[in-house]
Amino acid sequence: MTKQKFFVYSLFFGAIAMAINACQSASEIEMSKYMSNGKDIYQARCQNCHGQNGEGLGELAPPLTDTVFLKTNKQKLACYIKNGVNEPMEIHGKTYHEKMPALSNMHDIDIAQVIVYITNSFGNQQGMYTYKQVANDLKNCGQ
Amino acid sequence: MKKILGYAAVACLITLGAACTQEKKLPFYGDREAKITKDANGNEKIDTIYKTIPDFKFLNQDSVEVTQDAFNGKIYVADFFFTSCSTICPTMHRHMKTIFDKYKDNKDVMFLSHTIDFKYDKPSVLKKYAQKLDVDVPQWQFLYGSKEEVYKLAEKDYLVAVQEDNEATDGYVHQGWLVLIDKHKRIRGAYDGTKPEEVEKLKADMDILLAEKD
Repeated sequence: MTKQKFFVYSLFFGAIAMAINACQSASEIEMSKYMSNGKDIYQARCQNCHGQNGEGLGELAPPLTDTVFLKTNKQKLACYIKNGVNEPMEIHGKTYHEKMPALSNMHDIDIAQVIVYITNSFGNQQGMYTYKQVANDLKNCGQ
Repeated sequence: MKKILGYAAVACLITLGAACTQEKKLPFYGDREAKITKDANGNEKIDTIYKTIPDFKFLNQDSVEVTQDAFNGKIYVADFFFTSCSTICPTMHRHMKTIFDKYKDNKDVMFLSHTIDFKYDKPSVLKKYAQKLDVDVPQWQFLYGSKEEVYKLAEKDYLVAVQEDNEATDGYVHQGWLVLIDKHKRIRGAYDGTKPEEVEKLKADMDILLAEKD
C-alpha cells in the first residue's frame, strides 16, 4: 500500500467511525459523562466508607446495594450527601445508626454525577438524574 | 560426556533449590545500639540492642486495664485511629479486617488499635465501634489512654505521626501506618493501611515473621 492510499483509507474509516459515534444519542453521551465523573467522585469521597463495590463497612456504613431504598428515597439522596445524616436508616432490613458526615462543599453537578454513578452501579439501574433535580431536591431538605 | 552434563544439571538444580529455600528476613526499625558483654572467659561479645515498644497501661473496649503482657510472645499489628474519623480510618480498618480474617483464631497473632481521640473515644465508644466492625474479640484490642501517653507512644515508639488539628475535617490528623511488631516487641515493618498492595505485603511479611525462629 502506498502512503497516499493509506491516508485515503484512514480518512474514509475515520469518517465512518465518527458517523457511528454520532449515532449515540446526546442523552447517552450525557449519561456516560455523568457515570465516569461520578465514579471519580465516588472513589474520592465515598469509597472509604461505602467500599469499592458499595458493600458498606460492617454496621458502621450501610451498603449502597438496596435498590428499593435508593428508589424510594431518591429525592432525599442529595440532602444526605450535602447535609449528612443523623437519623437511623433501614437498609436491607437492617438498621444503621452511625452518622454520615456532611459533604457540604460539593456542587450540585458533583452530587448529581455521584448519585447517577451510585444508582447505576452495584446492581442498581435507575437511569439519569440531573443537576437541576439536585437543586430542586436540596430546596426540600428536612421536610 | 552426556553423563557429565547430567551431573552438572543435577548440581545446578540443587544449587537453585538451596537458593530458593533461603529464608527471607524482615528488617528491624528504629535506632539501635551495641552492647558489649564479656563471657566467662573474658572474651568480648557484641550484642545489638534493637528499639522495642516500651511498657504501657491502657483501658480496652471492655474497660479492662491492658498492659504489654497481653501481647507477650505474639506478633501484632498496631495502628492509630479514632472512631469518628471519616477519611482514612474506614479504609485502614477495612483492610485491617481482611488481615484479621486471615489470622482469626491464630493464637500467635493479635491486633491493636489505639484511639487518638482522648475526648470522645471512651471504652464504651470503642466497644460499640468494635461491635459494628464485627471484630469485638480479645484478639483485637482497642485501647484508650491519655493524650500525653498515647501521642508519645505513637511518635517516639511506633514512629507514627499524630496530632490534634482543629482545621482538619474531623479534628485530628494522623498517618495511616499499620505497624508490625514481633514477639520481642521490636518493629519489623510499617505499611500504608490505605493501599491494598501494601496490605498484601504486610500479610506476606506476617507469614515470614511467624516462621522466624526465636
